[in-house]
Amino acid sequence: MKILVCISHVPDTTSKINFVNADAEFDKNGVQFVINPNDEFGLTRAIWFQEKQGAKVTVVNVGEAETEATLRKALAIGADDAIRVDAKPTDGFFVAKQIAEVVKNGGYDLVIAGKESLDDNGGMVPGMVAGLLGMNFVKSVIGIETEGNSAKIVREIDGGKETLSASLPVVIAGQKGIVEEKDLRIPNMRGIMQARTKPLSVVEPVAVSQNTKTVKFEKPAPKSAVKLVSPDNLDELINLLHNEAKVI
Amino acid sequence: MSILIYAESAEGKLKKVAYELASYAKKIADQTGDTVTAITINAQDVGALATYGVSKVLKVDDDKLKAFSARAYADAIKQAAQKEGSKLVLIASTTDSLYLAPLLAVGLEAGYASNVVALPESTSPFVVKRNAFSNKAFSFTEITTDVKLVALAKNSFGLVESPASLSEESFAPSLSDADFAIKVEATEKVTGKVTIADAEIVVSGGRGLKGPENWGMLEQLAEVLGAATACSKPVSDLGWRPHSEHVGQTGKPVASNLYIAVGISGAIQHIAGINSSKVKVVINTDPEAPFFKVADYGVVGDAFEVLPKLTEKLKAFKAQNS
Repeated sequence: MKILVCISHVPDTTSKINFVNADAEFDKNGVQFVINPNDEFGLTRAIWFQEKQGAKVTVVNVGEAETEATLRKALAIGADDAIRVDAKPTDGFFVAKQIAEVVKNGGYDLVIAGKESLDDNGGMVPGMVAGLLGMNFVKSVIGIETEGNSAKIVREIDGGKETLSASLPVVIAGQKGIVEEKDLRIPNMRGIMQARTKPLSVVEPVAVSQNTKTVKFEKPAPKSAVKLVSPDNLDELINLLHNEAKVI
Repeated sequence: MSILIYAESAEGKLKKVAYELASYAKKIADQTGDTVTAITINAQDVGALATYGVSKVLKVDDDKLKAFSARAYADAIKQAAQKEGSKLVLIASTTDSLYLAPLLAVGLEAGYASNVVALPESTSPFVVKRNAFSNKAFSFTEITTDVKLVALAKNSFGLVESPASLSEESFAPSLSDADFAIKVEATEKVTGKVTIADAEIVVSGGRGLKGPENWGMLEQLAEVLGAATACSKPVSDLGWRPHSEHVGQTGKPVASNLYIAVGISGAIQHIAGINSSKVKVVINTDPEAPFFKVADYGVVGDAFEVLPKLTEKLKAFKAQNS
């Protein structure tokens, strides 16, 4: 089985979010970039398929040279090789088009992405990849097993879960649950050394018409100070929630 | 021309988000001189959509669509949009609508903006304000394609009545085998419990509750309020509560009317996941806990004393006000 794992290169979850260039661009200054957490859960599941079932795992990112450090980390975790589509991503559709091209050329049986990235929160790339290629697609995936040409996939639904069956190839958008937090791997020294010599190929992007563009960013207005209520006066809290906030 | 909304239903009944979406669509339609058409799938009574400005409903009734299939639903909505010549298609931010949206965007060759939190900044050019960076910022996104797809964020608009006269039309989209290539084998659903996705109020516990055996008092508070229960990441990592209750940046997002955090310090990742909630209350022994910086109301106190007292007082309040 050939697996492609889509890796987003995103600011660490603790990053301060600021903008430059008249608020048109994210300020990368001093920001630590990581593998998008939803993608890392999927990558870890892919490595499980590699170790247990001999799957070959390729990771892909659409980005400029700076994202190679993140791809190398994915290689250190255990991916066999990496592809970087050399472009500055403009929107989700652009990224989906590039990945669809990689999928078409590589003939993958399973494409794993995260259900959304922590920077744009678009939640659209994996679905668009599937849509562009006419492939089966499952979102919010919290479990996957394969047998031969078919996959059993568990999807989270409101208030529960749903078990689905689909034939390969399939695109899934995963999240925590596809593996547990404790299953995530920190690259060891051997992995890091090996990652340096694993193949990382750089490919040219395909042309895509622009569907959306970001005009500017804005930070939320600063919040007014919290109103403290004494634990001995909880009637006041109920009064505030009822009469002032009007939420109960 | 008409703006098309997908008015989602569950067990034949339209969801509240369908009416919110209708309200939102009607406001835009009033600006652009359009009308609002809704497509419903296996919904029984659609008449109430008229109250929120919908003037036409395309009713799909098809047993094949009883189980949700993202591809089939996207296909049906696409065909409705094409039939109506709609240039703007709106969906709600439910699990299913967000699942089908990217397929629909590709099908309609539409630029797609998700997490949209307000009416468009302008309709020509078409610019919307959306949540980005996990609620730490807004992004203003212009959709440049002819057909546009927008997902309205949860709890961001509200219900606005604007009565219209409604015509109903049955609509039978042509669906292919490929639309049903994914089969549902089994569904497990907790019944009789408010889900985090649907909850108006969410009561959430952190490590300050000291152990899973202490969740009873949180559940009692939730019961009085008709709220869903949730938890912080450490609590789910420790296995005190199931993952499905974990809210935060890597867990479930929460956009409720009221979010009550008990014994949660307020790590930046937690706040990012719940910040779309309208009103936030924190109960914590540590007045320096970061949650106090983002909360509207705070109680510095021991959850083990505050929770039972608050639950009792709320019971009395509810008895008086119902």
